Amino acid sequence: MKTYIEPEFIVERDQDKCIRCKVCVNQCTYETHYYDPEDDRVYSHDENCVNCHRCAVFCPTRAITIKRNPTQYTENWNWTREAVTAVKNQAETGGIILTGMGCDKPYYTYWDRLLLNASQVTNPSIDPLREPMELRTYLGAKSDKLEFDLESGDSILMTKITPQLSVETPLLFTALSYGAISFNVHEALARAATEYGTFMNTGEGGLDRRLYKYGDHIIVQVASGRFGVSPDYMNVGAALEIKIGQGAKPGIGGHLPGEKVTEDISRTRMIPAGTDALSPAPQHDIYSIEDLRQLIYALKEETDYTKPVSVKIAAVHNSAAIASGMVRAGADIIALDGVRGATGAAPRIIRDNVGIPIELALASVDQRLREEGIRNKASIIIAGGIKNSADVVKAIALGADAVYIGTAALVAIGCTVCQRCHTGKCPWGIATPDPWISKRVNSDIATRRLVNLLRGWSLEIKEMMGGMGINAIESLRGNRLQLRGVGLTDTELKILGIKMAGD
Amino acid sequence: METITKLNNPYGEDKVIDACGLFGMMDLTGRRFGSKAPVKAISNMHERGNGLGGGYAIYGLYPEHKDDYAFHIMYLNEESKEKTDRLLEQNFDLLQAEEMPVNPAANVWSPPLIWRYFLQPKKDAAKNQSHDDYVVQNVMRINTETGGAFVFSSGKNMGVFKGVGFPEDIAEYFCLDEYEGYLWVCHGRFPTNTPGWWGGAHPFNILDWIVVHNGELSSYGINRRYLEMYGYHCTMQTDTEVMAYALDLLMRKQNLPMEVVARILAPPLWIEIDDMEPNEKRLCITLRQCYSSLLMNGPFTIIAAHNGEMIGLTDRIKLRPLTAGVKGHILYLSSEESAIQLVASNLDRVWSPRGGEPVIGRLKTMKPVEILAPKVRK
Repeated sequence: MKTYIEPEFIVERDQDKCIRCKVCVNQCTYETHYYDPEDDRVYSHDENCVNCHRCAVFCPTRAITIKRNPTQYTENWNWTREAVTAVKNQAETGGIILTGMGCDKPYYTYWDRLLLNASQVTNPSIDPLREPMELRTYLGAKSDKLEFDLESGDSILMTKITPQLSVETPLLFTALSYGAISFNVHEALARAATEYGTFMNTGEGGLDRRLYKYGDHIIVQVASGRFGVSPDYMNVGAALEIKIGQGAKPGIGGHLPGEKVTEDISRTRMIPAGTDALSPAPQHDIYSIEDLRQLIYALKEETDYTKPVSVKIAAVHNSAAIASGMVRAGADIIALDGVRGATGAAPRIIRDNVGIPIELALASVDQRLREEGIRNKASIIIAGGIKNSADVVKAIALGADAVYIGTAALVAIGCTVCQRCHTGKCPWGIATPDPWISKRVNSDIATRRLVNLLRGWSLEIKEMMGGMGINAIESLRGNRLQLRGVGLTDTELKILGIKMAGD
Repeated sequence: METITKLNNPYGEDKVIDACGLFGMMDLTGRRFGSKAPVKAISNMHERGNGLGGGYAIYGLYPEHKDDYAFHIMYLNEESKEKTDRLLEQNFDLLQAEEMPVNPAANVWSPPLIWRYFLQPKKDAAKNQSHDDYVVQNVMRINTETGGAFVFSSGKNMGVFKGVGFPEDIAEYFCLDEYEGYLWVCHGRFPTNTPGWWGGAHPFNILDWIVVHNGELSSYGINRRYLEMYGYHCTMQTDTEVMAYALDLLMRKQNLPMEVVARILAPPLWIEIDDMEPNEKRLCITLRQCYSSLLMNGPFTIIAAHNGEMIGLTDRIKLRPLTAGVKGHILYLSSEESAIQLVASNLDRVWSPRGGEPVIGRLKTMKPVEILAPKVRK
């Protein structure tokens, strides 16, 4: 069938600059560029281009420019290019349109409508270059009250609190499953987390045994497909996370096609090579909150109550009530993933239309747990579209204990958010199981870039805290007086629990 | 409550911001002394206040009523007094009720009607709860339900005197030269966003606990939200109120000793904790894990007291001043050393505690208790 879809991008090549080195031809995994020996020229199949910039970045003479196709349909706010193309695509394939990364729609990003406070006159700001500025955070259930033995005259602590994760900065690498991303990326995440004193999350694809040595800085995930879940796996991590949902695709499962299940991935996921890895939409042993409690305690039993158990859900309409149930079911950590949370593959229609912004979910969950007097019983980690350190500071002021970053980490090692992760052909070597392409990520360099990102954001967080006159991150956590809103309705302000700027 | 919030925070700010001068003086043997030295000392720090608030707490004040709750209540109108009187008569046995003796010639601003009561909870009233909890509950009711009454003071054998004026004028107004106590805590206030009102002056009191405070907590937002989880409603919207409720929760309700509480409000830094001996390290880590929301961040100095104990404490990096001095059995705490030197020459010892190092005076413990900040090994 002839496709009626025109190329989305146009590759322009400055022939004066092009030296026919064929780097672009070799780098493009979508076979966009080709060399014609008769003409001694490089040409492009524009229709293959995904705008990933791999060729443009690596072209030694900067001869390549990629442009949005200027040929547009007649302007129409309802029938946008995306809407028209989607219909044509489905008319030609009869399928669900898949995509990667997080929602790209201009739904309110509340972070950008929140502004931070700073000290003036009545309270000194603190210079983090000269004064201590503490970011260390402990994740896990806390006691409401500590018991002391005062008999001897000394205060001897009698209470022993449940296991905690200690992070040196309130940033963790979110669940990115092996299979969806390459081994080298998994390794770099584990090494960077270890070097900086934080954690990476395995995602639902298990953990390659080569990475077990980084177990003290790894959160191992248990999802509906139970891929790679073994006693060794559960015990090697520092914490466990039960994945109920994901912000990019709340309510639906996952599908790693058989061609992505290579030998290494097969061994790690504990499924035959070449078979599809299907994650059911729900966990089939959890149809209710009391079932969740059973799984939480099954994992705690397996690990002898030495590790905190996190439960991750997508931010949806009743998150506050659900989160309250999760805490009462025994979750030590609640992970909330908002509508802008990313994925390796999801139906576009789900990604862009299901779930709610993380800011609102976080605000209502934190407030509800406080109203019920159980906020101490679990930490909150949020995820979903955190793009800079100010987002992190605002999230913590709204009530998060820490923040998961995923897309930002991948961008640090090359990702350009082209949204084609589901093809498995990531030219940057990130979202691909292909051993040849994935060599493009050098684990040493990727680790360095990730550590630099953590360091850069941490320094910025310290600067913002110092400006507010706060020298320990716990004094920022849930401190909504440090936030003001701009361009928000009364209802939005009420849900966020903040005042309007100027008020 | 409407009325009080409006008076205390007329512009609806996040909270009330002020700064101050503090002075505390305690005879560790329990011998009572008069107002001369403490009033002279706080008056010497005149410049630290702006005339919009001054106050005193005196312990060992009412030996003839030492087992009765002494209420000092301020009334903004007659109606609130009628309501309060009804509430008190229903719930307490009133042993004595009188208008507070004052000197109307003193230079104070718009004094309200102030009464003093000595009382005991009715025998069958405080079922299933301690007398203290019962008193707290009634104090909250008076403050929130009567629309114009405010309880300055509700402890035993102690009392708070405060109002709008410089501390020396407040002392004159309340005729403090007629009282004696073994522990005096004095305060001069410099609020920036409230016209002073009498209830907003320090000390802040509940039961026999008082706090005076100099500073501005940048952690106020979360301190307050944490305390709300335990049923404390911050009607006054001041840092001092948060500090007082934190002390009430930790010391009265959870029964933690002052040494532990100091490490919750102004904990050691992680680099210091990492270097501690195992037991102490475990204690400090656990405290910071569980009570992280009660870390008082940003500049503060407090002097807090209850019967038999006085503590001085600053924030961890000492953004507000505190000096301590000892002469014989008398412990002095002050925003400025000059105030101590003025009333006690030839001190045995005078020093500036480091940030987060509490200085505790305890009745019958003849030396102040100190917890020194840990030294970090290089």
